[in-house]
Amino acid sequence: MEILLAFLVGGLSAVGVYLMLRPHLIQFLIGFLVLGNAANLLIFTSGRLGSQFPPLVQPGGTVLTPIANPLPQALILTAIVIGFALAAFGIVLFFRAQQVLHTLNAEAMPESLEAAPAPSPVDEVREERR
Amino acid sequence: MSWLLVLPLLIPLATGILCLVLASRPAQRVLGLVGALSLLGSALALLIQVNARGIQAVQVGNWPAPFGITFVADHLSALMVLITGVVAVAVALYALATGDELREHLGYYPLSQLLLFGVNGAFLTGDLFNLYVWFEVLLLASFVLMILGGSKAQLTGGVKYFAVSLFSSILFLVAVGLLYGATGALNMADLATRMGSVAPGLLTALAMLFLGAFGLKAAVFPFFFWLPASYPAPPVMISALFAGLLTKVGVYALIRVFTLLFTQDVGFTHGLILWIAGLTLFLGVLMALAQGELRRLLSFQLVSHIGYMLMGLGILSPLALTGSVFYALNHMIVIAALFLLAGLLQRLQGTTVLVRMGGLYRSHPWLAVLFLLPAFSLAGLPPFSGFWAKFTLVAAGLQAGQYAIVTVALLVGLLTLLSMGLVFAEVFWKDAPQALGQAPGGWGGLVVPVVLLAVLTLGIGLWAEPLLGLSQAAARELLEPGRYIEAVLGVSR
Repeated sequence: MEILLAFLVGGLSAVGVYLMLRPHLIQFLIGFLVLGNAANLLIFTSGRLGSQFPPLVQPGGTVLTPIANPLPQALILTAIVIGFALAAFGIVLFFRAQQVLHTLNAEAMPESLEAAPAPSPVDEVREERR
Repeated sequence: MSWLLVLPLLIPLATGILCLVLASRPAQRVLGLVGALSLLGSALALLIQVNARGIQAVQVGNWPAPFGITFVADHLSALMVLITGVVAVAVALYALATGDELREHLGYYPLSQLLLFGVNGAFLTGDLFNLYVWFEVLLLASFVLMILGGSKAQLTGGVKYFAVSLFSSILFLVAVGLLYGATGALNMADLATRMGSVAPGLLTALAMLFLGAFGLKAAVFPFFFWLPASYPAPPVMISALFAGLLTKVGVYALIRVFTLLFTQDVGFTHGLILWIAGLTLFLGVLMALAQGELRRLLSFQLVSHIGYMLMGLGILSPLALTGSVFYALNHMIVIAALFLLAGLLQRLQGTTVLVRMGGLYRSHPWLAVLFLLPAFSLAGLPPFSGFWAKFTLVAAGLQAGQYAIVTVALLVGLLTLLSMGLVFAEVFWKDAPQALGQAPGGWGGLVVPVVLLAVLTLGIGLWAEPLLGLSQAAARELLEPGRYIEAVLGVSR
């Protein structure tokens, strides 16, 4: 089970990172969702998976098999909610970016500030630039 | 339960909610300042208590540690919260004087309070997963602040900032999940006691994940490219808040994690941090020298000087950590002052492009003096606070025999002075390239917060003993995690 999930997490991470590196912002957002799911599955796996591990033990009872840990699932729930909020914000942000900048291609976006020549300690260079 | 510990969280949260409820602008303006002032007061009270009674810990909800929600205040946390309060007050004063009607209407005051809420939460939490949640709280607030108003520059900067932050969040989440899988603990004090049982190779891999996640937030080499692309875009009342606080949260997290948890393979991890520190210092200042726009230049200076804080962490001696903590505190004040000053200059001259500015020494000579106070402090000249911060770090480096990083640190100090000198020559000494019009709107109120911060850096420089002593106490606690662990795990309810 762990081996299978390890490959799944690896595959999802690869897809997610590839998409996040694409210039198009919608691809970036889908990549974020995929990579987020990979991260959640990874945490899920760390809680010991398998049908034979009991997650709860009676007070005073002893267990011979290793027990499953339900806490990672609580962590994932929190992470899913946060990821959802971030994705929702991202969609609105990219929508506004499309409206104002007329592009969703990150490489076609202008620098946030105009480029300006640097001041120089040498007078001749300064005169030339003015 | 000590209320003092949770007050720095409750005050901004309550102020933020009140601001949202009382939607009227005048009420929000008053609340913004009152909230910042009471935050400063509560932070001061917390620091006094920590100093008098040692590390304070609170288990919210009365679940005993390590299962409950833990808040811890040691000297480092309390000092960071205190300077957060100082920056908050200065920026609140500046925002009042700016009177940016559009952004106030769009919710600048509630958002900035929620940002402070997240920042203080990150400083005070004693639980690694909660730290992740606090990071998200402050990130969401900062995303909205970054694009508040929706100008073109803000949206392009905001998209970059958003993308990088998302990636570092996922990295952090993965690191926390794997660390939990390896140790079965999330409470930082509990984690510290269990690190010895983890395989050394796995531990180093985890350390690298944390270094990547926090390094992205702190904007260190090679992850600093996003900061100068996004921080200059929003108005100064927002970017000064970011510059003063946000990267320091990343630095704080690095200091916390690499003193409390990952101290098993110091030769590799802290050696790497030292390399990162040197490269951040050097490349940051070189990039700053190549900038022709004031806020962008200051952003690169901000990046560069993060390297000093990492330098102390990399050397990892009592004196070096004292220097790191002191530098972080000093830098929060100085860089916030410089960003606010850049906003003031923009109001006066209508631009922050250096070649188009000039002539201010003739018209406002006292403003030139005001600029030199934080600028000299940034470069580390006596008698300002930056001098003592650098002096401590250099002394620690010489003591530890790390001559390479000391050379870089001193050289970068010199280059910073050159960079600040160039700005001074362009903005103040040079003749104005065109006739300067009258400043649109008043600008008198904008000077007040800059003067406050500049006087503070001068005051700390002249009377460095108290803050240096407190930083020393913080460094002592960081190097003896036993006290931190005892304060968290030994306290019941």
